[in-house]
Amino acid sequence: MASKTTPARQAFNQGLWSNNPIAVQVLGICSALAVTVQLRTAIVMALALTAVLAGSNLVISALRRLIPHNIRIIVELCVISTLVIIADELLRAFLYDISKQLSVFVGLIITNCIVMGRAETYALGNPPWPSFMDGLGNGLGYGMILVAVAFFRELMGAGNLLGFQVVPEAIYGAGYEDMGFMLLAPAAFIIIGLLVWVQRELMERRK
Amino acid sequence: MKRLVQRFFDAQRPRFTEGGRLARLYPFFDAMETVFFAPAHTTGIGPHVRDNLDVKRFMTLVIVCLLPHLFFGMYNVGYQSLTATGRSPDFLPACLIGLKAVLPMVIVTYAVGFFWEILFAAVRRHTISEGLFVTCMLFPLTLPPTTPLWQVAMGITFGIVIGKEVFGGTGRNFLNPALTGRAFLFFAYPVRMSGDAVWTYMGGQAAVDGFSGATPLALAAAAEGQEVVHTVLNQAGYDLWTLFLGRYAGSIGATSTLLCLVGAVALIAMGIASYRTIVGGVLGMLATGALLNLFAGPGTSPWLALNPVYHLVMGGAAFGLAYMATDPVSSPDMESARWLYGFLIGVLTVLIRVFNPAFPEGVMLAILFMNVFAPLLDHFIIKARLKRRMANT
Repeated sequence: MASKTTPARQAFNQGLWSNNPIAVQVLGICSALAVTVQLRTAIVMALALTAVLAGSNLVISALRRLIPHNIRIIVELCVISTLVIIADELLRAFLYDISKQLSVFVGLIITNCIVMGRAETYALGNPPWPSFMDGLGNGLGYGMILVAVAFFRELMGAGNLLGFQVVPEAIYGAGYEDMGFMLLAPAAFIIIGLLVWVQRELMERRK
Repeated sequence: MKRLVQRFFDAQRPRFTEGGRLARLYPFFDAMETVFFAPAHTTGIGPHVRDNLDVKRFMTLVIVCLLPHLFFGMYNVGYQSLTATGRSPDFLPACLIGLKAVLPMVIVTYAVGFFWEILFAAVRRHTISEGLFVTCMLFPLTLPPTTPLWQVAMGITFGIVIGKEVFGGTGRNFLNPALTGRAFLFFAYPVRMSGDAVWTYMGGQAAVDGFSGATPLALAAAAEGQEVVHTVLNQAGYDLWTLFLGRYAGSIGATSTLLCLVGAVALIAMGIASYRTIVGGVLGMLATGALLNLFAGPGTSPWLALNPVYHLVMGGAAFGLAYMATDPVSSPDMESARWLYGFLIGVLTVLIRVFNPAFPEGVMLAILFMNVFAPLLDHFIIKARLKRRMANT
């Protein structure tokens, strides 16, 4: 098993599971609270971050021998912000409603610790292909948690999924009420905490 | 009789101990056995001193103190229901209606609470803690009688699992589990729990004309302009005496200040509750109420001018101070820290009531807030103590 894993595949798997950016590194929590009230915004945000992260890791890794060590943060930021602006413009052009709901949070991907963190810790020291996979894995790992949190919040808080009502009227008629708490930011904290609990438990089992 | 019980437990023991079929449920067996017999456990490492008052007796005494609240709460729920629907509020029918409204909530709380506790005890191989009995008794008493049963189940689940078990069970929870569950319901279903909705159990009957069902705190918070809060309360039939005795709409067990007083004295006398927390809390409420009186004047909220004594007898403040704030796990351990802890709970309760219109009752949030600060208070008190010591020479 171990002999088959290439560095690229290993980087991808780590980001997705054993070194998950939210559940293990506890990065990017702010946006995980802000955009997870609805499933739709969470999915778009996850895709945007994955694209930016994979792209920035690829570019920074390709430039890693050219970037002067002293000003590397500035160079990294230039790359990241360029990609974020492109992502933001694309969203505005094609998904205007959702980009309005996401408001500043797409722009704030620039300051998302995950992007900077992967550039610093992985892309600067590894070849482009594994770096690209690392970005992809971390982005999807982040997105996985985001979508899971948004799934529970939208389902329990509004009875909807992706904007469609899934909790049948009959249940409301029988006395069920939506949980207003799920629409507040602390609910995301609690769900993330529970997901971390489940993930740690599964990791223990696998050992 | 004693021998009979002992024989029964001795006969059952092999099934629950190592190798038995039900070995995983040993915590359940242990919990049942220690109801009847003092535990024979010995500690493996020092200190070997054990107090006669173990956790089980400790918690059982609290439950005994809570029973009057439960019974009075049932009567009161029935009484409010009968008056609201225009029937004559006789004692026996009131008790029966109250029983019908309250008993299912208590049963659901205990069933769900026990389920989680036994699940965690079995998985983590620790014994069932009697803190659960108190939590499950306190929790329904803090709820309005109109809470649907599934919400009761949700609330106690949250309180036990998130408030206690994730931190390692009784003794390691930094928040009071019953209040955590109630706070969860409060934020999850704000319309139902904030006191704006009618809290009177109707039992399928229509209300009489002119019935508002507003709780005293909701009335007081709604007063504005030139109105005087205690006149508003008096007009609604809530004079100081009624409020003290507790025959008004509110949370099931928390309305009667008289019973809270009796319970608090009993708990203090038995050495269970800290009088420092309770007296500190009462002083905090009175002091803040009196301080706000100084700021009262034309143009300010009528709340400010209210006689501080009213704060003590309305809503759940007395209940919270007597039973929730004194929780030995989530309150500070240093005696002098308890004065400050109680006092700040009182201060925050009044401040939340008066200045935050979204929360008619403040005692729940005040206690939870101070629970979070309890370790910090301990820390500073210990620091101050150590400073007074002579330096090592």
